[in-house]
Amino acid sequence: MTLLALERLTVALPAGADRPHALVDVSLTLDAGEILCVVGESGSGKSITATTIMGLMAPGVRVAAGRVMFEGTDLARLPAEALPRLRGPRIAMVFQEPMTALNPLMMVGDQLAEMWRTHTDLPARDIAARARAALAEVALPDPDGALRAYPHELSGGQRQRVMIAMALALEPALLICDEPTTALDVTTQAQILRLIRELQSRRGTAVLFITHDFGVVAEIADRVIVMQQGLVVEQGAAAQVLGAPAHDYTRRLLAAVPRLTAPAPRAISAEPVLEITGLSKTYRPAGLFRRRRETRALDGVTLTLRRGATLGVVGESGSGKSTLARCAVGLLPFDAGTIRIEGRPLPGARQAAAHCVQMVFQDPYASLNPRRRVGDQVAQRPIAAGTGRDAARAQAAELFALVGLDPAALVRFPHEFSGGQRQRIGIARALALRPKLIVCDEPVSALDVSIQAQVINLLDDLQEEFDLTYVFIAHDLSVVRHISDRVAVMYLGKIVEVGDRVSLYEHPMHPYTHALLSAVPVPDPDKEHARERILLTGDVPSPLNPPPACRFHTRCWKAQSLCTQVEPPLVEVQPGHEVACHFPEERVIV
Amino acid sequence: MKRYLRNPVAVLGAALVLAVLGMGLAAPLLFPGDPLGLAGRPLQWPGANPRFPLGTDPSGRDIMAQIFHGARISLLIGFVATLVATAIGIAIGALAGFYGGWVDTVLMRLTEAFQTLPNFLLLLVLVAVFGSHINTVTVAIGLVSWPPVARLTRAEFLTLRTREFVQAARVQGLSDLHLMLREVLPNALPPVIVYASVVMAVAILLESALAFLQLSDPNVPSWGNLIGLGRNVLRVEWYVSAIPGVAILLTILGVSLVGQGLNDALNPRIGK
Repeated sequence: MTLLALERLTVALPAGADRPHALVDVSLTLDAGEILCVVGESGSGKSITATTIMGLMAPGVRVAAGRVMFEGTDLARLPAEALPRLRGPRIAMVFQEPMTALNPLMMVGDQLAEMWRTHTDLPARDIAARARAALAEVALPDPDGALRAYPHELSGGQRQRVMIAMALALEPALLICDEPTTALDVTTQAQILRLIRELQSRRGTAVLFITHDFGVVAEIADRVIVMQQGLVVEQGAAAQVLGAPAHDYTRRLLAAVPRLTAPAPRAISAEPVLEITGLSKTYRPAGLFRRRRETRALDGVTLTLRRGATLGVVGESGSGKSTLARCAVGLLPFDAGTIRIEGRPLPGARQAAAHCVQMVFQDPYASLNPRRRVGDQVAQRPIAAGTGRDAARAQAAELFALVGLDPAALVRFPHEFSGGQRQRIGIARALALRPKLIVCDEPVSALDVSIQAQVINLLDDLQEEFDLTYVFIAHDLSVVRHISDRVAVMYLGKIVEVGDRVSLYEHPMHPYTHALLSAVPVPDPDKEHARERILLTGDVPSPLNPPPACRFHTRCWKAQSLCTQVEPPLVEVQPGHEVACHFPEERVIV
Repeated sequence: MKRYLRNPVAVLGAALVLAVLGMGLAAPLLFPGDPLGLAGRPLQWPGANPRFPLGTDPSGRDIMAQIFHGARISLLIGFVATLVATAIGIAIGALAGFYGGWVDTVLMRLTEAFQTLPNFLLLLVLVAVFGSHINTVTVAIGLVSWPPVARLTRAEFLTLRTREFVQAARVQGLSDLHLMLREVLPNALPPVIVYASVVMAVAILLESALAFLQLSDPNVPSWGNLIGLGRNVLRVEWYVSAIPGVAILLTILGVSLVGQGLNDALNPRIGK
């Protein structure tokens, strides 16, 4: 039975937008009890599809033609006051950003109870009981505590569970999920996807699932719609679209997805460029009257990286990987340990350190000064270091050509570039000082998949050309596999496993590495359903109060009393492969 | 600029400010004599004598000439005092916001010390100590108006200094001075510029208030002085105070509207 049908839907954007229509002639159907994934890159119109169905379009955006048929009524023609009666009881939505989707000043229980208070006449006691049951159903560890918690007291994954509980509170016929796992860690993403799938099959809810990630599609979708620039370019059953894509664009997107496969290992020189020993960093909030809560972000991290090699550092949020990056470039002072670059300690003076190590930042939109010309931002440091203005300009133009940008674009401002182009500017800026070492802090996580591949290839080429050494931070094991020679896995400020790429991916020893590898969704439904999944329970514990001894024991299925008493040291199990676990065990995941 | 011109209220404000500016520029041409010199019989009503379209004050001076010459004084005080206040405010706010820690604590306690004193009282003290020459009055007004500018600049610097592009410049090894002036300040400036219009309006008002108490420089033809002179004859010849009062009102209205227009034009979120 068809529940929702978009019929030749065309949605117009306000005048002055980059294109006249957000959606052109989009038709799709969704049956009861089905999960339909809408996939596309940014600007494909996938989110506008969701907001149009919900009647939540931004001002100026309007339906120009076509119908949005839901249970026999055309939502696009419905008077404005009729929509709220549908939103909640019949159609519900889960948003991308669990951090901002809940009211920070209301207790979770009250926000959840509002659903019934607004839409039903149930007595207060029944509502309280239902709210508790709803939280229990989404598998929150402590439903009674969660009812009285404020949103900031919950983790991102827990908040997303609350959002799902709210969305499903009134048993809607249709659930729209707009990238509900994009802001979450991979292990949490795996939990949330499983939860949505379970609830969906238990209740027979139809789900319209919007995502940019083909791995997620393979995991959850019955059918798939691929969108590009407001057009539906391909649709069909998940196995068919992913297995035998018919449209060029789909093929390109699938080819760009980083997989858990990698090129052959290469020979690396023996000369160390970066040596980190016993690095520790504790954040101490300042203030006279505030309670002092210390966060141990890095705890005795030791790493060595050789010339021309790339070290991938992987971990969930709170693992300390960004702190490590910021310490390594001298942005953050550290408490203990040493950082040596080419045998010499990292200079304390900013000017001297800049010539040793540079950084490529995560967010290409925030890492360029919006009010200054991009050429000045690339050339400013050589000029400050004494290079002549013209020479620095010429060098900037060369760098632009090198990273694949038009040197004539030097005089433009950052907002005139796309995300991928900005990241190239960021790379050109890092190269301007000819550093030996470049720390890349999640340089592609804010980019579309097809752009990600381009940027990673560029980094690869530059490494070869200039004999660069990279530290590559990522939250996802699939991204680093392609580019890394060595990989370090971090958990709550400690390295739990480090090894050469082949060794670590093919013979992972630490249970946390197993879980991370297993949580990466694979864009192939057959493999996806065939392979063994390890689902971690719960969230990363707060770094304010890490578990004693082995920090992973609270989520580890192998934990025994030894793990809660004695901290496992990092031990070499094979040449160049170290693990910090009392019960290491090889397990084939990929 | 285009966005500014699309806003009719902002254009009205700009027109008012330009009109006052025009009055100030035209004053020496239209009224070449000393505006404070005796011109005719005192206290003639506006329109009573075609030589004095706006009448004469209790000392027999031409009110129209004083209004035109007063425009120069008011704008001069407004601009210079605002310049002094924003310069001090930005310097202190930038240092406090950029460095944080004890620098911030010391500078902000200093700012609060200034803020807790009513600024008009402080102005009276400064004028009493340093005399009431127009230059000292202007600088004194600037000296009492900077704390809000400092707080605003500090707030902007606090949020901007942790942004990635500032960190990127730090990693590039650029000096603190470069970070403050080239990276942070251009991004912090729009709200400060908008607030400067408020400072300017308040500066003009402060001078008028001083003059009303006859504590400003009596040797310049300021609007406030004229209001002060009219105080003694307020019940019968109210026009002596009312005419410069309206001039002050329109000028401040103009400056405030320009500020609001700038705010809308510089803030891309409201623009659309």
